[in-house]
Amino acid sequence: MTDTDGRRWHDMGGQTAGPVPLDEHDHALWEKRVDALMVLCSGKGLFTVDGLRRALEDMGEDAFERHSYYERWIAAVNQNLVEAGVYTLAELGARMHEVAARGETYAQVNDG
Amino acid sequence: MPHDHPDHAGISASGHPFRPDNDTPLTYWQRMEVAVRELLIEKGVTTPAEIAAQIDAMDARTPANGARVVARAWTDPAFKARLLADGSAACREMDFDIGALNLVAVENTDDVHNLIVCTLCSCYPRNLLGLPPDWYKTREYRSRAVREPRAVLREFGVELPAQTRVRVHDSTADMRYIVIPARPPGTEGMDSTSLAALVTRDSMIGTGLPRCP
Repeated sequence: MTDTDGRRWHDMGGQTAGPVPLDEHDHALWEKRVDALMVLCSGKGLFTVDGLRRALEDMGEDAFERHSYYERWIAAVNQNLVEAGVYTLAELGARMHEVAARGETYAQVNDG
Repeated sequence: MPHDHPDHAGISASGHPFRPDNDTPLTYWQRMEVAVRELLIEKGVTTPAEIAAQIDAMDARTPANGARVVARAWTDPAFKARLLADGSAACREMDFDIGALNLVAVENTDDVHNLIVCTLCSCYPRNLLGLPPDWYKTREYRSRAVREPRAVLREFGVELPAQTRVRVHDSTADMRYIVIPARPPGTEGMDSTSLAALVTRDSMIGTGLPRCP
């Protein structure tokens, strides 16, 4: 694509692409929570929308194609929170392990 | 009743159908969301009540809010002038909490049709209309809306006269657009509540036209 030379992958305006997929879905509760965490954390000054964007863009095109919108968002929120020193990557890893140990579903992790 | 129900056949122990989203094993990313949320609560950054309130606030933002703004613009020329001059201030005048974002209202006329996109990501007037539709965030829409807007509009069932000028507005995090669609013919004398019912989400993005009465 010669007309996109010098641009990063997310700067996709003007590229060729197929028909717009018109399917829509209602946001799941976990997606709404991710959105809420972003709004709350940025409102508290822990990071900015630009910080979110930087993390999303640095994930690269592969992540854009393979992961859903709010999957990428929680990864970007997490990265910014670790960078802001809110918690460490070790704390996150331990907590994810603990959540997994509680069970497989939201009912089992006792999370509503 | 314990929370282990391996043979539920779609019905929970309490006799309700499971929400599909809650019934499948959590993905890696869903576990991350739980972990991040719990850590934020434990560290005192936020509370469960604050998260719930934020979700409720976002759920309350729907295209119906924008429809009220458009209907008022259709019926109140002085308001329309203020809306076009400063979209954020005009929406705040109607008690919509649109935050710090700079909202720019662009008006469709007999000669001009406006379309909004965010080619770089997914910027959208979310504080007024709620979260953007899935297609707004796709590669296909982001790439093509600025390259061949008429072809994109045709996929949404909108065929514009050849002489209509199409203006595409590329949003940023700090500047977001809303389209004021042209008031449909045959709506003279309708009140703003009835008019608002004609205003669709897509008509405020520019990928649709308002309903006709």
